[in-house]
Amino acid sequence: MASARLAVDIGGTFTDLALEHGGRRTTAKVLTTPSAPEQGVMEGVRAILAQAGLAPSDIAILIHGTTLATNAVIERKGARTALVTTQGFRDVLAMGNESRYDQYDLNITLPQPLVPRHLRLAVAERLDNTGKVLLPLDEAGVRALVPVLKRHAVESVAVGFLHSFVNPAHEKRAAEILAAELPGVPVSLSCEVSPEMREWERFSTTAANAYVQPLMARYLTKLAAELKGMGLDAPVFLMLSGGGLTTIETACRFPIRLVESGPAGGAIFSAHVAKECGLNAVLSFDMGGTTAKICLIDDFKPQTSRTFEVARVGRFRKGSGLPLRIPVIEMVEIGAGGGSLAHVDSLGRIGVGPESAGAMPGPACYGRGGTKPAVTDANLVLGRYDPARFAGGAMTLHEGPAKVALGEHVGAKLGLAPEMAALAVVEMVDENMSNAARVHAIESGKGYDGRTMIAFGGGGPVHGFRVAEKIGIDRVLVPSGAGVGSAIGFLRAPVGYEVVRSLYQRFRSFDVAAVNGLLDDMVREAEEVVAAGSFGAPTTQSRIAFMRYVGQGHEIPVALPARTLVADDVAAIRAAYDVEYSRFYDRPVPGSDVEIMSYAVVVATVAEAAPSVAAVPGRSEATAVRVQRVRDSVTGEVADWAIYDRASLSPGAVLAGPAIVAEDETSTLVGAGWTASVTAQGYIELVRGAR
Amino acid sequence: MSGGQMAAIQRQIMWNRLIAVVEEQAQIMIRTAFSTTVREAGDLSAGIFDLQGRMMAQAVTGTPGHVNSMAEAVGHFLAKFPAAAMKPGDHYITNDPWLGTGHLHDLTVVTPAFRNGAIVGLFANTAHVIDVGGLGIGPEGRSVYEEGLYIPIVKCFDQGAPNETFFDFIRVGSRLPVELEGDVYSLCACNDAGAKRLVEMMDEFGMDSLDPLAGFIFESSMRATVAEIAKLGRGTFSAEISSDGYDEPVTLRGAMTILDDAIEVDFAGTSGLSQRGINVPPAYTRAYACFGIKVVVAPEIPNNWASLLPFRMVIPEGCILNAPRPYPVSVRHVIGHLIPDLVMGCLHQVVPDRVAAEGASCLWNPPMRGGASVSGQARGNKPVVSDFEIITFNSGGTGARRTLDGLDATAFPSGVRTMPVEATENVSPLVFWRKELREGSGGAGLTRGGFGQVMEVGTKGELEYAVNATFDRIANAPRGRDGGLDGAPGAVRLKSGKVLRPKGFQVIPDGDRLILELPGGGGMGEPVARDPALVARDVRDGLVSVAAARDLYRVAVDGLGVLDEAATARLRAGG
Repeated sequence: MASARLAVDIGGTFTDLALEHGGRRTTAKVLTTPSAPEQGVMEGVRAILAQAGLAPSDIAILIHGTTLATNAVIERKGARTALVTTQGFRDVLAMGNESRYDQYDLNITLPQPLVPRHLRLAVAERLDNTGKVLLPLDEAGVRALVPVLKRHAVESVAVGFLHSFVNPAHEKRAAEILAAELPGVPVSLSCEVSPEMREWERFSTTAANAYVQPLMARYLTKLAAELKGMGLDAPVFLMLSGGGLTTIETACRFPIRLVESGPAGGAIFSAHVAKECGLNAVLSFDMGGTTAKICLIDDFKPQTSRTFEVARVGRFRKGSGLPLRIPVIEMVEIGAGGGSLAHVDSLGRIGVGPESAGAMPGPACYGRGGTKPAVTDANLVLGRYDPARFAGGAMTLHEGPAKVALGEHVGAKLGLAPEMAALAVVEMVDENMSNAARVHAIESGKGYDGRTMIAFGGGGPVHGFRVAEKIGIDRVLVPSGAGVGSAIGFLRAPVGYEVVRSLYQRFRSFDVAAVNGLLDDMVREAEEVVAAGSFGAPTTQSRIAFMRYVGQGHEIPVALPARTLVADDVAAIRAAYDVEYSRFYDRPVPGSDVEIMSYAVVVATVAEAAPSVAAVPGRSEATAVRVQRVRDSVTGEVADWAIYDRASLSPGAVLAGPAIVAEDETSTLVGAGWTASVTAQGYIELVRGAR
Repeated sequence: MSGGQMAAIQRQIMWNRLIAVVEEQAQIMIRTAFSTTVREAGDLSAGIFDLQGRMMAQAVTGTPGHVNSMAEAVGHFLAKFPAAAMKPGDHYITNDPWLGTGHLHDLTVVTPAFRNGAIVGLFANTAHVIDVGGLGIGPEGRSVYEEGLYIPIVKCFDQGAPNETFFDFIRVGSRLPVELEGDVYSLCACNDAGAKRLVEMMDEFGMDSLDPLAGFIFESSMRATVAEIAKLGRGTFSAEISSDGYDEPVTLRGAMTILDDAIEVDFAGTSGLSQRGINVPPAYTRAYACFGIKVVVAPEIPNNWASLLPFRMVIPEGCILNAPRPYPVSVRHVIGHLIPDLVMGCLHQVVPDRVAAEGASCLWNPPMRGGASVSGQARGNKPVVSDFEIITFNSGGTGARRTLDGLDATAFPSGVRTMPVEATENVSPLVFWRKELREGSGGAGLTRGGFGQVMEVGTKGELEYAVNATFDRIANAPRGRDGGLDGAPGAVRLKSGKVLRPKGFQVIPDGDRLILELPGGGGMGEPVARDPALVARDVRDGLVSVAAARDLYRVAVDGLGVLDEAATARLRAGG
């Protein structure tokens, strides 16, 4: 009987695969085939099955995540899309919030809407904020748009009317008319894609959904057919940006919910490692070639959010992308990776990133013609890499060009030797990541006391200890399998779905019956989606209210009991809000009423229990394989650091910093004052100030 | 050797950290503030100061109007409450237009930071709150006394305990007491958070004082700013710009002298003071003049005491840009927002490729009010709209840049954002019937000015309400540069047709609606040199008419935006 589980994560460069079968894990990487991504997937599936010695029929479930939707938006390769909207509001997508994301750059450009103005079409209709009809829908006006849509060969239609999240009747009627007149053209409704207040965010999300829908539906249908063709008959699930899994059918309706699935997999990977190790307060730190991603994980659950920006035109600047209001795993992504380039500005300040050397020419030390210094160059010059063993020995690093680049572009401008320039670059990129992590904690109302960092990606284990020092973390965990973390994360994700709806209420006049009615509807909707893929597995439910003081701008999520509410709950919910608010901002505000903006319901299958692991057999001093001259980025001193080979360390092995644990995919730096040991799972655990 | 190099690297890391600390401070304010002006619109600023009141770093988040007006404010706080006498848990506050940022709606809070019992620095922030009583925001006051609650520099928290007398006064003096009190709490909390981070930073780096770091920041910033100034040609360059004024036009004049190590602007020749609240206190004039120069000359240098020092303003007494107490100043931004266009008019003669054409510049922020305070007394049994008091932020088009079109309906020089219509309608009985780009409003040019927008606003039930108009650039359109044409001027009227005054309190009667047509930005360069494909795109998008394409750009295009290249060549050759 089929029992293997297979995950496939299509990234920009590589398609990663992970397969688990009978307690064994196999991983594989193949090149992504952007013009026909299913080809790369099929090639990878064949390769990993051969590697594991399994047949297609052995696969019980296939879990898939892809950046296809994101890339379509970034590269503007989606469908020719029209937006049908309320008369008088044709330019909501173009006007955005009427602001500049950079106050001091006269020459900024703003992100262009996915729907050009000549395809943003208005019809007369208007609801007020309570959903009451102020102006009935002009049905003849909707019909009159049909020839225009046909003339422009529109492939997908978004419908966004003001206040439709309160009363969807006009949007639904317009969709009926369009569907009847334009068979085969999909219609996305703002009241279904993103039923929340704020017209720009809702319309933007709906337009993006319509924009990627034909492409994603074609791709997913084709992929399912090809898999069937090779005899892989297992159900296929898609990874959602919110961290759950869904069916192909739901993914075809709401493809915009797939945009951040790769990073979501990374966060779930971290959450699972946290669970295995019993760590209930974690900072996930994933540093790759061009960016670093930071995510907070409490009680084994990654933080979630409902806002996200895609396709930023202003180099990772907040506000320079298209807003999407969908459930996502909350993370900050900053332009700091191994390929990030260093420079010196007119004030003599060192900056690192967000410009990146990319894969070609890459950092100067790749010896492929790159002349600008990257973070990888700086790490090499500090002595942190074995030049012959980088990327498993697939590539030899060259220190000469790295030194020249650092000397020329940083050292000479600041009176620093190339080695000290390298130190400055590494300290600055660590500082930038730490600052981003600090701001992220503030935005989440959390702190770093007692938190463990889980570091992965090529750069995470190299920079982890220093970032931890800067933000006050004393424990860092480096799991194994970090190179395909996202794909492994997919295997851990529950089948789940989140429904969000707005229902505005003041707390003083809280209508228990209305809230119960809404929540019942939401639970029903989420359960239907989940039932399609859970095959009767037990599910859990969580309910959240988004609340704030009347007049405030940012809501705080407050958990509600997962059952019908009774009058007595009201006081308890209000008390829970005060507790949450104080946790965020120190003091509650006296005498203010609280308002509830919206609700979220998540239904998901119960996550599998973490496997129990045999106790560590006992601690033993690890043996270094050699020493290497390394410059300490904290003190500037050069000393012999012990080098250990990760593959030869067994559980229980202990070593003291300063040291480096080398492996094919990365190096784990153990700073001075840190002690490393290997856990029962084979993970490296770094602890500061303990021995 | 490496010791000295390590110290140099450390200083850079510390500077970087300090900027992160003030950014955190600003983010906390946005998340906790009550007034939509702060949390939605971002009308705020935050910074850290040394014990002499010199600004070391300022958050990037925020709006330029507070740039060095907040920086100057801290000196006034210290003059009244010397640093040596401050205690942990103290918070000081004012909204004095002449000691703060130019009108009573801006609260400035200063908070000392302590480490090991000793004061080490000061945090300050400024935020625009929705209501401080008085006439409400608008130009109608004839003196500052009418414009609202006037808070001198006082302690709002004394060693952690709220000053209840102060809070009693502000609660009874505002139409929105909960929001106002909540905002004061929010401003204090965000300074506290900054102070906490600062102390952590000083512990980490083993700093006993901020002075050495301040010295390094000031020295580097001054050197870099002077180096940028040195790249400019020497000389004196003059420009002028006109505002509609309240009841008569106002002309601003500037003569900019570029020296070896400084830029000085003399505003001699500027119109005199107004009887109404469009006068500008000098700190606000300096703020926007500085911003206008800096955004062209040294945009990458962060704001601090030293980087602002080389920009000097000479503002004659008695002119509208140097209003003394008690002149009314409530809507000083209407004039103040023109100052960057004025200084760019000077800089255009020095670095023509680095400036923009004039834009709508002044925000079109209608303060709207309805219910008892507008129609309560005289209406007998006729229905009255429910009570509300609200302001929304809206922008026209920005001026064309040398290689880029202006931005459509986007704030400049102000750094604020607009609020969603759905959110505004949720907290007021207003109904927005139209808020979209204004066709044909962008000034033609090789690069085109940004388009303005049109708004149409009524109430539920089409009942009367009032607007306190604070609009400009109706008689004085944003001008183009180098052959680029002017943007469309603004217009204010009722839907029934009556033209309204650009400034002042006016009632929109039952059954009628307010229509605002916001200006477009000026163009840059000759329109006939513009890429015909871009003209065709604008026609296809319905933003430029077929006639305008032919007459202004000499481009032949049909109503669907299909370009006739041969006919275009003939049109252009014939010119």
